[in-house]
Formats: sequence, C-alpha cells, structure tokens
Amino acid sequence: MDQHLLSLVLFTPLAGLVVLLLIPSRQKDLIRVWANLVGFVGFLISLPLVSRFDRSAGGFQMVERAGWIPSLGAQYLVGIDGISLLLIMLTTLVGFLAILSSWTAIQDRVKEYYAMFLLLQTGMLGVFMALDFFLFYVFWELVLVPMYFIIGVWGGPRKLYAAIKFFLYTLAGSVLMLLGILTLYFQHAQQFGSYTFEISELMKLDLPLGMQQWVFWAFFLGFAIKVPMFPFHTWLPDAHVEAPTAGSVILASVLLKMGTYGFIRFSLPLLPKASMDATIVKTLAVLSIIGIIYGALVSLMQADWKKLVAYSSVSHLGFCTLGIFALNPNGLAGSVMQQLNHGISTGMLFLIIGVLYERRHTREIAEYGGLAHVMPKYAVVFAIAMLSSAGLPLLNGFVGEFTILQGAFEASHVWAAFAVTGVILGAAYLLWLYQRTMLGQVTNGKNLHLADLSPRELAVFLPLMAWALWIGVYPKPYFEILEKPVAQIVERVRPGYFQGAAQAARTSPAEVVAGVR
Amino acid sequence: MQLWLIPAFPLAGFLINGLLGRRASKGFINAVAIGSVLLSFAWVLKTIMGLGDVSSRYVEHYFTWIQSGALQVNFDFAVDRLTVVMLLVVTGVGALIHIYSVGYMGHEGGYYRFFAYLNLFMFFMLTLVLAANYLVLFVGWEGVGLCSYLLIGFYFLRQSATNAGNKAFIVNRIGDFGFSLAIFLVFLNFGTLDFGGVFANVPGKPETLLNTIGLLLLVGACGKSAQIPLYVWLPDAMEGPTPVSALIHAATMVTAGVYMVARSNVIYIHAPVAQEAVALIGLATAFFSATIGLLQNDIKKIFAYSTVSQLGYMFVGAGVGAFSAGIYHLVTHAFFKALLFLGSGSVIHALSGEQDVRRMGGLAKKIPWTFWTMLCAAVAIAGVPPFSGFYSKDMILAAAYQRAPWIYWVGAITAGLTAFYVFRAIFLAFFGAYRGHEHPHESPPVMILPLAALAFLSLAGGFLFDVPQFLERLFPPIEESHDVTLVAVSVAIGLAGIGLAALFYVVKPSLPDSLAASFSGVYKLIYNKYFVDEIYDAAVVKPVVNGSRSLLWKGVDVGLIDAGVNGLGWSARGIGGILRLLQSGSIRSYATWVVFGSVVLMVAMAMAGGVR
Repeated sequence: MDQHLLSLVLFTPLAGLVVLLLIPSRQKDLIRVWANLVGFVGFLISLPLVSRFDRSAGGFQMVERAGWIPSLGAQYLVGIDGISLLLIMLTTLVGFLAILSSWTAIQDRVKEYYAMFLLLQTGMLGVFMALDFFLFYVFWELVLVPMYFIIGVWGGPRKLYAAIKFFLYTLAGSVLMLLGILTLYFQHAQQFGSYTFEISELMKLDLPLGMQQWVFWAFFLGFAIKVPMFPFHTWLPDAHVEAPTAGSVILASVLLKMGTYGFIRFSLPLLPKASMDATIVKTLAVLSIIGIIYGALVSLMQADWKKLVAYSSVSHLGFCTLGIFALNPNGLAGSVMQQLNHGISTGMLFLIIGVLYERRHTREIAEYGGLAHVMPKYAVVFAIAMLSSAGLPLLNGFVGEFTILQGAFEASHVWAAFAVTGVILGAAYLLWLYQRTMLGQVTNGKNLHLADLSPRELAVFLPLMAWALWIGVYPKPYFEILEKPVAQIVERVRPGYFQGAAQAARTSPAEVVAGVR
Repeated sequence: MQLWLIPAFPLAGFLINGLLGRRASKGFINAVAIGSVLLSFAWVLKTIMGLGDVSSRYVEHYFTWIQSGALQVNFDFAVDRLTVVMLLVVTGVGALIHIYSVGYMGHEGGYYRFFAYLNLFMFFMLTLVLAANYLVLFVGWEGVGLCSYLLIGFYFLRQSATNAGNKAFIVNRIGDFGFSLAIFLVFLNFGTLDFGGVFANVPGKPETLLNTIGLLLLVGACGKSAQIPLYVWLPDAMEGPTPVSALIHAATMVTAGVYMVARSNVIYIHAPVAQEAVALIGLATAFFSATIGLLQNDIKKIFAYSTVSQLGYMFVGAGVGAFSAGIYHLVTHAFFKALLFLGSGSVIHALSGEQDVRRMGGLAKKIPWTFWTMLCAAVAIAGVPPFSGFYSKDMILAAAYQRAPWIYWVGAITAGLTAFYVFRAIFLAFFGAYRGHEHPHESPPVMILPLAALAFLSLAGGFLFDVPQFLERLFPPIEESHDVTLVAVSVAIGLAGIGLAALFYVVKPSLPDSLAASFSGVYKLIYNKYFVDEIYDAAVVKPVVNGSRSLLWKGVDVGLIDAGVNGLGWSARGIGGILRLLQSGSIRSYATWVVFGSVVLMVAMAMAGGVR
C-alpha cells in the first residue's frame, strides 16, 4: 500500500462515490453519514503524506507511474513536491469541512449533491498530483463538471446564468491551454522523436523565445481565468453568489489555487525564458497589482456579503500571482503560503456567510447589523476569520503577505509599495463589513432570535481556526517543506540566481544600495 | 531569565477570562485580570534584579519564526535599559489602571470582555517593547492596534464608537504602509531585522538609504503616535471607556512610535534629514493640537488633543537628538496624563456620564479626592517646578534651543498653551458654581487609590527617576544648554498660561465670550479643529468611495468587462450552430462541450499524425 499512497488518497473519494451510488436516494441521513465519513477518511489517509514526505529531498516524491494510453504517450503519472503537498492537504481538509457544513443546508437531491462533491474532490487532488500534462488536463476539465452542477442545481436564483458563465469562461481558457500543451507535445516529438506528456520530459525542450512566449500566453489564459486575474475575474462574483455555501468554500479555497498552481508547476519550469521575459513579467506583475487594489476597492462597495468576499479573493489572489512573478524564493514561497492561507481564511469567511444564509436566506449586508449581540460565539469566530484575512500578525495571513511583499520588494520597490496599499484597503473592507453586520443595535427584528453556532457548525470552524493560528505562530515547518521546490523553480527560471545572491551578500553596501534608488 | 513570562501572564489572563469569564463572578475576573498584570510587574522587577545594572543588552532566543530563502526572523526578546524603562511604565501604570477599572467598569455590561481585551493589550504591548527585531516589534505593534480597535469600539451598540474603532485601525494601517516598506528596505540592505545586527552596520551605509528608512519608519510612528498628518484617529478614540483612554491612548500604546524612533536612534543619528523631519513633525503637531485643545468642551477631548500635543513634544526631543529626554517625557507623561484621564473618568463617573465641562463647575468640594489628584497632574503637565513634567519638558526645550532657538520658542509657547487649556479644564470643572443637574458623588476607594498613586508619581516622578541618567550609555550625549534664563522663561510662560486661565475662567468669566466674538474667524477655525476631518473626508474618503462604486464597480467591472464578456457570449450564441444547443438545457450543453473538446483534441492529433 505504501508505494500507492498517492493513488489511495486520489481515489478514496471516487471509491466512496461508487458506494454512495448504491445507497437508495430516500436514505438521506445514511447518505450524509457516508459522505461525511468518506470526507473524513479522505483527510485521514492524506495525513501520512506529511509524515512520509522528505523535506530535504528535491524533485518529486512518492511517484507512481503506469501506462495509460500508450498510443498517445499519455501515462498515469503522479507525484508530489512540497508545493503540491500543501495544496493537497488543504484540499482534503477543506473538502471534508465543506461536506460537513452541508448537513442541513442541502435538502434536495442529497445523493447527487454528495456524489458531485466526491467527484470534485478526486478531480482537484488529481490536478495537484499529475505529472503528466494529459492526465493533468483530464483532471483540470473533470473539476469543471461537478462544480458546474453544484452551482447550477443547488445554487441561488440566478444559478443557471452563473453556472454557464463559470463553465464557458473557464472552458474558453482551457481550450487555449490545450493548444499550448499540444504545441509542447509536438515540439517534443520533433526534437526527440517521441510523443510524451510527461512534464520532466517536456522540460528538456529547447524552445526559441518566440514560441515560449506564444505558449506562455496560451497557458496564461487558462490559468489567469482560473485564478482569476484582472480582467478575467467577472465570472467569480457571479459564481460565488449563486453557489451553495460549500460550493463557494471549495471554489475559493481550492479551485482558484489550480490557476496559481498551474503558473508555478507549468508556466515557470516549462517556459523559463518566457517567464523571465521583461514584458511578460511586467504585464503579470501589473495585472496582479491592479487585481490587488481594484479587487479591494470594488469589494469595499459591495452590498452583497458574498460578493464582497468574492472580490476580496481577487485582491488576495493578486498577492499570490505577484509573489510568483517576483521570481525569487521569498515571492514564490510566500505565494504558496498565501494560497494556503487564502484557502483557510476565505474558506472561513464563506462558511460564516453560509451559517447566516441558512438562517435568514439573504446575503444583503443591510439585512443584518448588531448580530454580535444575538450570536456571541459566531461573532468571535467571524472576528478571527476577519483578522486572519486582514493579515494580523500571529495569524496565518500575515506570514504569507509579508513574505510575498518582501519578495516583491526585492524585485521592485514600486510593486511592493503599490501592493502594500492593498493591505490597508483589506483592513477597510473587512472592518466595515464586520461593523455593518455584527456591531451596533439589532436593527432588523428578524435577527432578534437567531440561534448561535451549533456544535456541528463550531466543529467546522475549529480546525480552520487552529490551522490559522498554527501557521501564524509557527510557520517554520511550512517554509521547510517549500524550501527545496521553490529553490528548484527559481534556479530553473533564473539559472545562477543563488550563486548571484551569495555574491551580492559579499559585495560592498554601496553597490547594493545602488539598487535602492 | 524567562523573559517570555512577562507577556505570558497577561496572555493567560486573556485566555482564562476570554473563555471562562462569561460565567465567572466579578471577583474571579478581577483576580485573573489584575493578578496577571501584577505577576507580570513582579517578573519585570525580578528580571531587573537578575540583570544587575543592565549595562549590556540581554537577548533570549525562542524559536525561528519565518525562514524563507535568505530571510530569517527569530522570535527573540531582548532587554536593555530602554526596555526596562518601558516595561516598568507599561506594567506599573498598567496595573494601576486595571485596579481603577474594577470601580469604573463595575456597572457596565461585558465586564469580562473588557478585562480580557485589556489583558490582551498588555500582552501585545509587552511583546512590542521586548522585541529583539523589527518584525516581532511589528507583531506587538499590530496587536496593540487590534486591542485599541476592540476597546475603542467596546460600546459596540453605539455607531460612533464602532466608527472610531474602524478609523483608528485604518489610519494606523496607513502608517504601517511606511513601517512595512521600512522593514523590507532594512532587510534588503542589512540582511537581518535584528536590532543588534542592523544598528551595528548602520555606520558606513549611504545617507540616502538611512534617510529613506528613517522617513518610512517615521510614517509608521506618525500613525501609532498620532502625529500630523495621521493624528485624526486619536481624538475619536475617546469613544472608548475612560480607563482605555488612560492606558492605551495616553500612557502606553500611543508612545510606541516614540519608543520605536528612540529604539532606532542609531539610524536617525546617521540620517539627518529624517531626524529633522521627526523634530519638525513633532513640533508642528505639538503646537497645532495644543491650539485645538484650547477650545474643546468635552473633558476627554481636551486631554486627547493634549496627548497628541505632548507626543509631539516627545518627537521634538528625539528629533533634536535628545532621545533620553524624549523617553523621560514619555515616562512623566504616562504618570500625569494617565492621571488626568482617570481623574476625568472619576468626574464622569461622579456626574453619571457628563463629559461637557460647561455643565460641570464647583466640583472641588463635592469630589475633593478627584480634584486634588487632578490638580497634581495639572501642575505637572504645566511644567511647574519641581514637579515631574517640568524636568522632562525643560530638558527637551534646552536641547531644542541648542539645535535651533526657534524650536525652543515654539515649544515654550506650546507649553504656555498647554498650561492654559489644562487649567481651563480644571477651573471650569472644579471652580465656580455647579452648572449641572446630577448629584455628584465621590468615586469608590478602588478608583481613588490609583489616582493617589499616580498623583504621587506626577509630583515626585521627575526627581525620583532620573531617566536620562539611567539611559546615558544608550544614546549619544545630549548637547544641552545650561542657561538658567531659558528655564526661567519657559516656566514663566507656563505660569502665565495658568494665570490667564484663572483670569478667563475664574476672575472674569465673561472674557472668553467677548474674545471669541471679536476674533470669530480664528475662533471658528480652531473650534472646528481646522476642518481637518472634513478635508480628509472630501479629499480622500469620498473620492475613494465614489470612485470605487461608480467608476470601478459599476463602470469598469459591470459596464465594461462583464458587458464585454456577456456580449461576446451572446453573439457567439447567435452565430455558432453548436453553441446554440446551450439553450436546450444545461446537461446537454455540457455534453456538447465535452464532445467539442474531444473533437478538437482528436483533429489536432490526427493533423499532426500523432495517433499511431
């Protein structure tokens, strides 16, 4: 079993799904229990990944390889490095909590709902494990299907519009990405005479800058829409608003990370020359910064609670992409940390909305106010989620933001200066949201007798809060996990970076300072 | 030495009261909250004894906090003499204010919550002063900001209170913009954030770099210590309960900026432009907020503007190179300003919530303990020798004269204004006839005792604690002029201020109104605090809000991008035969897309001959 640990993690939800299909639809509680059990077991069996993972080793670990479609050269090839490890752990935990949070929220077509969730879970895990581009693409597209149904079937009033928009938007990106993949595929055949989708093989390609740039933009569209980066973000608010709570949680916590992960796993190592190209780096950094500030400003003005958090995601993900294109260890490590952090914080924020939505069936901020009086436990949980999202030190968000900004600052003082304004605005929209919903007098009679968090609801939040505190106080293990893979990517994109850095440390202060102005 | 215990006690207090306090008795809550601070105070004393004369810096390493690439930040605490001074002020004055709060907050709801927040504040404040590097300092810095936010908005049913909390947090974040950039710049050029490592390498670094770092740090300090242009949050912060105003918004947190500048003195000494900026901003703040203080009617607002002004004084001290004088003033100010606030709290308590000095009067006989203790604070802040404020203020002014005589003169005039507005408040509240309707009653002993302790410190703190001498080796020597006339002049100006206040508000109470009438333009300008809040609102808040709503959201997002995307979608739907199937139902349309994708894949493969 040991050498198949990854496959086990990957296919547990799918196996659970198969059993789930055998349960009669009427047995709603049995279905719920089973789905929760599968989610929980899925999380438990992913834990050994952490203990088996060798932090000091570079490259991919726990690799499993099997022939799949020999005629295409596609293989079943999975493996993980530190970056995928963290995202996988995020997926298994948040996936489980999302399932747990749905217990009372979903009353219609319960069986189909959980089936979609389990399918989604396997799809997302596959994306973070695949080391074969074809396999990756299959999982990437697979994720679309259940998410489409989750929004389209269990969503709010405009669910169909949102679902189709989500589907078309991301599919449009995927198609172009596919063309990029095929370009690499055929180039490999041309240069080496064999057809393969294996990432490590494709990395051996020697492509001219022009072609790298072309492929980069093709990938870019696929990944940037997923992230989403400005100006490809407009599907996100609609999808979030209409999706059921657990759908929003998964969408924000995990699905968006597929885009940032794509940049890190594929764009940078496969297209190092394009990734260092001044125009491309500048464009990506500027789009990230626009995303940070623009997302925060638009978030500030939202009257819909969920839309506010959705736009805040655009802002936070801007930090993640900025970190990636700072192209240095701090930026990249910070970016992965922040992807994890965003998964935790924004996951909590969406869960918080879900708790209220179940009670009041509205997301209008104006409908609320003074809830701290009625729901004190809820108020504390919300405050912690808010502070974690706002990047308060000793909670998770700060660690990621700080590292990203330090990296961005090393790349360009101006980028960092603009990005820091996002931190100010982040405090503004979150505090204002908190004030309008939780503080003051209870203005709406309907809110006077709302029930506080139930033990099950609290149980959903506790692991996330604990995780937020852990990362905030002692993030060292995470940085250790990330150190090797991040260094490898930086070295790949900027050969000689680390020797250069060692040299720079020895040069006289005056030379270093020349860069300050 | 186990330095970590110093902040750990109040943290434990926060956790215990935060988790259990809801159902606990007041006695339990008091024991936990006050006990934890007293333990922390005791541990400070024990640490000081253990370290002997603290002649060198003592560092304790706990764990590596952030380690990424070349960036390594440790969670370290350190103690030197500057830290010792801060620790004593924070835990000593903090303990007194905790005790006082038992009386003041006795009838308020959320009793446990109040003390939990107060303990949390102590934890972060002690972390701030114990930090051995800039990032751990930043942890405390942000943490005290959070507690300040929570406590300003303690009465969260009141919109004005929660607004003030938000304003405080966001304005501080604006300051943090500068502080963060300073940290990045320090790391990039020094390769470390440790105070020891940074300061040892400051000499030899280019002046431009050090000036930039110094100015960016100053931006952060201006936020936390409420200096121009970021002072606007502090007067609003008076929405919080009065003990909070005394502890956080007078004695400790707001002095963090001064502490940070003093801590970074090595940088400022080598950054003349930045240091000049510290002095000028401090001086401008000291003067302008003192003028605003002249015409306030809310007793807490008077002392709030006074705090802003006195913090400006401390900045002047640091800015003219007299760091130890700045810290000296920080200490004495902690005594007398905490006392002024706690005294006002006692007055407000006596009058069941009345804060307007115009509706007080004649209280000296009704609440004598409050009156006499507040009088001690008033003579101390007015710089009357030999009380505490006199020593520190005089030292700053003397050093300022050495740097530039005009700074001395502005500072001395500010001292006069200070004496005037403080005694205006005293005279209006305690002299003449009572103008209110409540039945004033003296506060309970648990409130009076801390007042008395602080009164003693306000009177005697100056010559009891020779802070500058204690800090002598830490900072460069102060170039002081020992001209007795300068001392005499500044004292005379202060006494004149008191005399004028007596003339205006005791001898001839009609005088202020007639003066206000004849200088109505100036009067209106100052009475409305120079319209700074209104200007900020019009120049920053409104454009951001309106721009975000109509331009970015409704304009760019909905009008431009989304309309474009949808337009593309609709037109594609009109043209594409395959895509039209989308209309026939969701499941079928999905299937279509999968087929479509597969076809594209197959065709591409076949064209390239990839399928064998």
